[in-house]
Amino acid sequence: MGILEVKGVNKRFGGLQALGDVNLSVAENTVHAIIGPNGAGKSTLLNCLVGKLIPDTGSVMFDGQSVLGRAPYEINQMGISRVFQTPEIFGDLTVMENMMIPCFAKRDGAFELNAMPSVGSQKDIIERAESVLEDMNMADKRHMHSASLSRGDKRRLEIGMCLSQEPRLLLLDEPTAGMARADTNNTIDLLKQIKDERDITIAIIEHDMHVVFSLAERITVLAQGTPLVEDTPENIKGHPKVREAYLGESA
Amino acid sequence: MFGLDKKDKSLLAIVAILTLLAPFILNPFPTDSAMAQFNAGYPDLMQRFVIFGIFAVGFNILFGLTGYLSFGHAAFLGVGSYSAVWMFKLLSYNIIPAIILAVIIAGLFSLLIGFVSLRRSGIYFSILTLAFAQMSFALAYSVLSNPKFNLTNGETGLQVYNDDPQILQGANAPDLPHLFGLSMRSTYTMEIGPWAFDFNAGYYVCAVIMMVAFYLAIRIFRSPFGMMLRAVKSNQQRMNYTGLNTRPYTLAAFVISGMYAGLAGGLMAAMDPLAGAERMQWTASGEVVLMTILGGAGTLIGPVLGAGFIKYFENIFSKINDNVLHGWFAFLPDGLEDFVVTIIHPFVGKGWHLTLGLMFMMVVIFLPGGLVEGGQRLAAWVRGKRNKGKDKTTGKTEPAE
Ligand SMILES: Nc1ncnc2c1ncn2[C@@H]1O[C@H](COP(=O)(O)OP(=O)(O)O)[C@@H](O)[C@H]1O
Ligand SMILES: [Mg+2]
Repeated sequence: MGILEVKGVNKRFGGLQALGDVNLSVAENTVHAIIGPNGAGKSTLLNCLVGKLIPDTGSVMFDGQSVLGRAPYEINQMGISRVFQTPEIFGDLTVMENMMIPCFAKRDGAFELNAMPSVGSQKDIIERAESVLEDMNMADKRHMHSASLSRGDKRRLEIGMCLSQEPRLLLLDEPTAGMARADTNNTIDLLKQIKDERDITIAIIEHDMHVVFSLAERITVLAQGTPLVEDTPENIKGHPKVREAYLGESA
Repeated sequence: MFGLDKKDKSLLAIVAILTLLAPFILNPFPTDSAMAQFNAGYPDLMQRFVIFGIFAVGFNILFGLTGYLSFGHAAFLGVGSYSAVWMFKLLSYNIIPAIILAVIIAGLFSLLIGFVSLRRSGIYFSILTLAFAQMSFALAYSVLSNPKFNLTNGETGLQVYNDDPQILQGANAPDLPHLFGLSMRSTYTMEIGPWAFDFNAGYYVCAVIMMVAFYLAIRIFRSPFGMMLRAVKSNQQRMNYTGLNTRPYTLAAFVISGMYAGLAGGLMAAMDPLAGAERMQWTASGEVVLMTILGGAGTLIGPVLGAGFIKYFENIFSKINDNVLHGWFAFLPDGLEDFVVTIIHPFVGKGWHLTLGLMFMMVVIFLPGGLVEGGQRLAAWVRGKRNKGKDKTTGKTEPAE
């Protein structure tokens, strides 16, 4: 049994079958990549895992509990954090404030009317946020307005925000899409470091083969909403069906 | 002390000094001088300054922090006034129960309206609040005022009559709103040479309450809750995927700002024991939006400045009529005098809205951060100038602070 079990998931948008009978099992403490050409249904699948979309049929179990019908914030509180295709951070807030918010969510839950003590008096939160910023190599940017960070640093911050919650499953949707090479390598290094240093399961959707093959332990290939094969990176590289559906297209 | 940092403490101190000394500050011109009409230090207007200050400070907790623009906050102000007058009618003219009930009822009412309106965001939220406020206005104006069930006394407005129960009204307590016997109307006038300064009990009650309200707003701004509200404004999607439920945060902000509005409405009734439906009209809701934006939404002091500014204009500019203008420009040749008066005429007196509208446009276009941004730019400019002056005299550059 994997930490994440997807069984028989179907999702239609009008006449379009975006997901057709998807089965997927992600083993605990592995990096599992989901690849496939544009429009294959990768983002749709991910949205079904985090409560943004509800599948028409099928089940999604996380750690033995169904996530279906729960709001995104409830699913996050179960231990799933998500990184978006374009970094979603609090652009009007400083880097430090960005980092403190998930720490509050972890400590106080989905809502807490904490209106009288000052933020400065929350020593445990400050300490936690500072140590994660340290880990992310962003301590020197703590007072910066987060909207003025580079694309790569925004991604780094977003990943840090997710990690500060110590999620059991981290979901990443094309974390390097639209990034310059340097930022991409930067992000790969960060993810490698996370994978080596922490007990965490990572499911990553990626278009960029370089990223996939340098990180993943298992790969599922999705084409037209249905998983074609699931295997190790070495076997995927040589798989004829995959070449046909995916690699052939990008080569 | 107070759990504030140094900067906030000095801000609070400045506000305290300005409000306590307002009778002097607002009456700079001798009573008999031609400029006396610009004096704003009379009890009525000073009370309005601080009451609308409270209203705007509360509104800013919702609008400034979460970005949710309510067009219906006057409804809570009106509900506060009606509740307070009912307390006068049923219990006594003591303002304490009146103000407490005003805050509680406005809080409950905003819980209801907020719960429904916050199912939408952006323009739809604004429209919903507007619709609710106009419904409340209609209810107060006609529906809830019929011989069988007269809650609001319709067009006439709710007031205290001789045959009202007033079960706690003591035999020799003042026959007007009072604080344990101290009448809200009692005023001591201090005359110094040609100057006169009014110290009014009602004003000081409002001023002290405003300082408490302002202090609580600072605490909210600096709290984890305040940070969450700013996060709502910045990125709700990220909040949801960070395990935070945005709905109760926005609802709490809505109710808090509704309670501030109710407090302002209660104080209004405490200064003048009368509540009318026009207090709930959409123009009144729009006014607090203008105050907040003009002063600087999302800043602490901005809404207070905006409220003072607009109330000053409403009461002072509106009094400048043609006679006054002719007086000012009497030194000009006759034809020219008439011409100048004709040009200025539309902008003063009844036309003060025109001036206010123009100023509002200028602020929104050139100072999106409102008067507070204007002040900051001015301060930066002065500092820059002073530093330059220093460079010239000493002949060497000072290290930056
Ligand atoms: N909300 C939606 N409404 C209608 N069609 C959608 C929606 N989301 C995705 N689709 C369609 O579903 C298919 C899969 O999309 P998506 O999951 O975004 O693909 P990928 O992320 O693999 O590129 C595409 O054809 C897309 O146009
Ligand atoms: Mg996608």
